[in-house]
Amino acid sequence: MSISTRNVSKRFGAFTALDDVSIDIESGSLTALVGPSGSGKSTLLRVIAGLDVADAGTVRIDEHDATHLPPQRRGVGFVFQHYAPFKHLTVYENVAFGLRVRKTPRSDVRARVAELLDLVHLEKFASRYPSQLSGGQRQRMALARALAVRPRVLLLDEPFGALDAQVRHELRLWLRRLHDEMHVTTVIVTHDQEEAMEVADEIVVLRDGRVQQVGSPDDVYDCPANDWVMSFLGPVTEFDGQLVRPHELELTTVPDDDALAAWVVRVTRVGFETRVEVDVDGKPVYAQLARDAAHLLRLAPGARVYLRHASGRAARDTPKVR
Amino acid sequence: MVSIEVPAVAAQKTPTRGKYLLRVVALGYLALLLLLPMALLCYRAFGHGLGALWSSFTTSEARSAVVVTLIVAGCAVALNTVFGVGAAILLVRRSFPGRRILDVLVDIPQAVSPIVVGLALILVYGKFGIVGGWLERHGIQLIFSLPGIVLATAFVSLPLVVRAVAPVLAELGDEQEQAARTLGASAWHTFRRVTLPSIRDALVYGVVLALARSLGEYGAVTVVSGRVVGKTLTMTLLIDDRLQNFDQQAAYSMAVLLALLAVGALLISRRLQSRARRLV
Repeated sequence: MSISTRNVSKRFGAFTALDDVSIDIESGSLTALVGPSGSGKSTLLRVIAGLDVADAGTVRIDEHDATHLPPQRRGVGFVFQHYAPFKHLTVYENVAFGLRVRKTPRSDVRARVAELLDLVHLEKFASRYPSQLSGGQRQRMALARALAVRPRVLLLDEPFGALDAQVRHELRLWLRRLHDEMHVTTVIVTHDQEEAMEVADEIVVLRDGRVQQVGSPDDVYDCPANDWVMSFLGPVTEFDGQLVRPHELELTTVPDDDALAAWVVRVTRVGFETRVEVDVDGKPVYAQLARDAAHLLRLAPGARVYLRHASGRAARDTPKVR
Repeated sequence: MVSIEVPAVAAQKTPTRGKYLLRVVALGYLALLLLLPMALLCYRAFGHGLGALWSSFTTSEARSAVVVTLIVAGCAVALNTVFGVGAAILLVRRSFPGRRILDVLVDIPQAVSPIVVGLALILVYGKFGIVGGWLERHGIQLIFSLPGIVLATAFVSLPLVVRAVAPVLAELGDEQEQAARTLGASAWHTFRRVTLPSIRDALVYGVVLALARSLGEYGAVTVVSGRVVGKTLTMTLLIDDRLQNFDQQAAYSMAVLLALLAVGALLISRRLQSRARRLV
């Protein structure tokens, strides 16, 4: 089911959370809303869910105007950052909640809940209370609860934000596989641009309540709309008057017409990559190299190197900006 | 072994005299203020044997006073439970002009002397009052009848449920309620299935406090009751009445019964709470 917002604005007192936001989310896609905190991404999700009401603008879900519909009539599944489990209910009862609201026959409830607990690997935990689960298990329970009622749209607000890196990564991959199997239109809010690029088909970059860019992960990474988007989505360094990705810089020890001369300031090894800080005409620049490449160049502080942009274009070309 | 010896050494080092003094003061204070008077009261009540105690309960005045008290307390608690939960939700979950005023107003019954409350109620709902006069012309008498006593009792016990529930509601947050809404639950269903079970402990506590306060209310009730024997005489008023008439046996018996009712309510609430806590 497609979602579209038109000219949505929302203020909280003097703070503008959303400023004239219009986006289109394709049916069956997995879209990530990314931005720093305060960029309005969570507010936009809550406006789509009906948990917040926009001051201006319209929300359409599945081609129907949903601007003034209460949340319980929008057919959305919502997963909260802190899971919002019903603490007084068991895992089973949590997942069954939405079905029971709809007066689903008991046998159907049992079958559907079993199916979902199976899907999120919590079959053995049906009679536990949320307080007896780990963070990751609670999050999966919250997902099962949201999916139980077969929502037209699944909305996730920083779903993995409170989990440790390992669990977070597993759940991310699992969510992607789940989406590929179910094809329910999914919108995920995250402040983690890596998470967004790993999981989503489409990325909406927000800043100060405004949409900065919409596109596929490759689009926004390779052709950022402006310097801000570029630096938000990955590491950048200023080289010869433009922002570039540090891994796109090439280092040689042989002089080259295209390359600028530099002095090595510091060499730091981080895992499989080597970070080389150099000095180009008194300006600090840094480059990321594969460990072996750095090793072959025998880089050490004080060494003379030559730096150019790896795309092959001359260093003084104007950057491609949309 | 070490773990046993260490506290022993520590215990020797701490000045034990101070510790005992504190216990003696705390227990002595309780004994003088609570245990001794209650024990003496029971002793006096049971002093003439169970038969005398029983017969003082079975007089028509006594029976009527118990019934009136239970009806009044029941109605007042019911009113304050509904109002209390509603006001707590309003105060914690909504922002509206006048919210702070409501917050202050809720506490007023606790600050103002019950006698003042009674007098004020008479001014409004009495025979010559603004509302009371109009009601009187339509054949409804509030003051010097049961509804007036309920009103006064509800007034003085008004803050108890609100103040028990509001902080728990605030701490709970509204995410669970929002989750219920996105799952398709109506506002009422959300309240019944999510909010109410979550505030249950606090609500039981507030209700019991309100019940104890309602059972024992004297000041406001004495002004609005009119003391019609057999009709508007509550247990507290009856105790006072018997004391004035030098019928101390009846006064002591009634006092013990009143105390037992309150303690009973407290014990029941403890049971309910521990069961609820096991669930969570």
